[in-house]
Amino acid sequence: MPTRTVLVGSASGLHARPAALFVAEAAKQPVLVTIRSGDKKPVPARSMLAVLSLGAKKGTEVTLEADGDGAQAAVDTLAELLERDLDAVDA
Amino acid sequence: MRELRGIGASPGGAAGPVYRLAPPPALPPLVETVDPEAEKTAVRAAAVAVAADLARRADTALDATAAEVLRAQVMMAQDETLIDAADIAIDGGADAPHAITDVLAGHRAAFEAAGGYLAERVSDLDDLRDRLVAACLGQPMPGVPDPGHPYLLIARDLAPADTAGLEPGLVLGLITAEGGPTSHTAILARTLGIPAVVRCPGILDVTDGALASLDGTNGVVVAGVSAETVTTVNADRLAEIERRARSRGPGRTADGHPVALLANIGSARDLTGEVEGVGLFRTELLYLDRSDPPSHEEQVTAYRDVFAALPGRKIVVRTLDAGADKPLPFLRLAVEPNPALGIRGLRVARQTPSVLTTQLAAISAAAAATDADVWVMAPMVATAAEAAAFTESCREHGLPTAGVMIEVPAAALRASQVLRHADFLSVGTNDLSQYTFAADRMCGDLADLLDPWQPALIALLAVCATAGVEAGKPVGVCGESAADPDFALVLAGLGITSLSMAPRSIPVVRESLAAHTLHECRQIAEAALAAPSPEAARAAAVGASRQLRSGDGVSVR
Repeated sequence: MPTRTVLVGSASGLHARPAALFVAEAAKQPVLVTIRSGDKKPVPARSMLAVLSLGAKKGTEVTLEADGDGAQAAVDTLAELLERDLDAVDA
Repeated sequence: MRELRGIGASPGGAAGPVYRLAPPPALPPLVETVDPEAEKTAVRAAAVAVAADLARRADTALDATAAEVLRAQVMMAQDETLIDAADIAIDGGADAPHAITDVLAGHRAAFEAAGGYLAERVSDLDDLRDRLVAACLGQPMPGVPDPGHPYLLIARDLAPADTAGLEPGLVLGLITAEGGPTSHTAILARTLGIPAVVRCPGILDVTDGALASLDGTNGVVVAGVSAETVTTVNADRLAEIERRARSRGPGRTADGHPVALLANIGSARDLTGEVEGVGLFRTELLYLDRSDPPSHEEQVTAYRDVFAALPGRKIVVRTLDAGADKPLPFLRLAVEPNPALGIRGLRVARQTPSVLTTQLAAISAAAAATDADVWVMAPMVATAAEAAAFTESCREHGLPTAGVMIEVPAAALRASQVLRHADFLSVGTNDLSQYTFAADRMCGDLADLLDPWQPALIALLAVCATAGVEAGKPVGVCGESAADPDFALVLAGLGITSLSMAPRSIPVVRESLAAHTLHECRQIAEAALAAPSPEAARAAAVGASRQLRSGDGVSVR
């Protein structure tokens, strides 16, 4: 099953804006992708509440997993998004 | 009259009758569900209605941050896992309001357990729950009162949905029982220019309609003031706003000592209105979300756009401030366990010197094509040797004015040595606080340590300013603290020569400076420096400035 583990790149963590962008992208994927932080139980990547509840901060290691047609591409797309700093630039 | 104490979160005075936010719907006793399908349908209908209402509020929100948070709430209301979990709760015997409450309570616990930023967001979840429950019960949405005349809004805390549509003309001030200086309420109030006091627990005991006044600078709230006081406080506030709107021209003290008031910008778009110049031009925007660095030509074009907008004016360009803390793919930096203490700012040039040399060449070319007074500075300089190397590199590229940012205590303590090599200093108080207090800038729980009024930070600023005065070279401040009209007096008094801030903050700082002589600023700075705590430093400075100001009518041209 396609799996990728990445570090959250957004300065404020996987919160408001970064989380919204991530969840919106997950909802566009043809397969259900799950995300988990540490050894907690995996949650659906397209659930805003669940993703926020992970409490993932910048540098937190998270694992994405999916199954089925297009799973690899979906996992790669979302992993790439997670690694970027999705917060606006500031001083 | 009763005096209550909170934390000043948005400066200014306001007074009027208080009205509290419409209370959240009371959860009725659990009734035995006769028709689980009807309850499930009710949850879905509530989710649709609440999401639509929040989306409408997001669309009409005046503030971009508020709109963003509202859109996140819309996504929560539409969350399939919320609906699914509510279905399961209903199958377990709950009715729609209880199912929603139970499910969101689980997420609330997770937010609180995560702490920090997320714990401050539990009010978003509570707001969502109240809205969904109200919709299930057929009650009106809880929200901001509308008494039909200006008032002070009081609340336990405010959620983004409550505050997004606030009209500054109608809501004179905000007082909340909870929240902190970094809470949504505080940020929004400052953005809208509404005076606010947060964490004032006693305010919830004040009855609706009672007259009160608040001071958003020192956090004092007085309940039970007279109608005359209300009139006076609001007239003063209005006069202050009008004075500020009329304010023009360069920054200077009452006796004409110049303190340049400059803008912090990220692109030519951020330049609003007339400014003396730019004290911090962040160049990161060009580099974001790219797999290759921007080309020489691309950079020249972007810099030239900004330079051309300010002919003859000073523009301080900060070279790329990125690295482990703000990763950019093309830098290919290793992930570090402690990014704030790693390869960032000027340190990137240790590994990838071409990024800096390309940028300096582009700045130089753009400067040659316009007649702006272009200065260049490096972020995250720690030693005099680093300053020397950077200055030399700037000279090689034909850039005559090269300086460094002071963001690290090591550089602040050796400011006079750094100034032997650099033409000027610019103190970034946000990062300087972070490194001085070993407190991450993003950590809300440590907000008290990041207060610019911390005596240790003021002492480091004094070292830098004194070094500048002795060397006869300019020392500016371009962190958040420069936008605080009271702190600006301290900075001017210490000998800081320019203050750079978001353009909208300039008028209030200009007015504050114009109301005090340089001698008074020095007295205020001394009072702040001598204070044992940030609270005492602020109180000493504000007290001294009010006292000095109350003597005569102040006018600013």
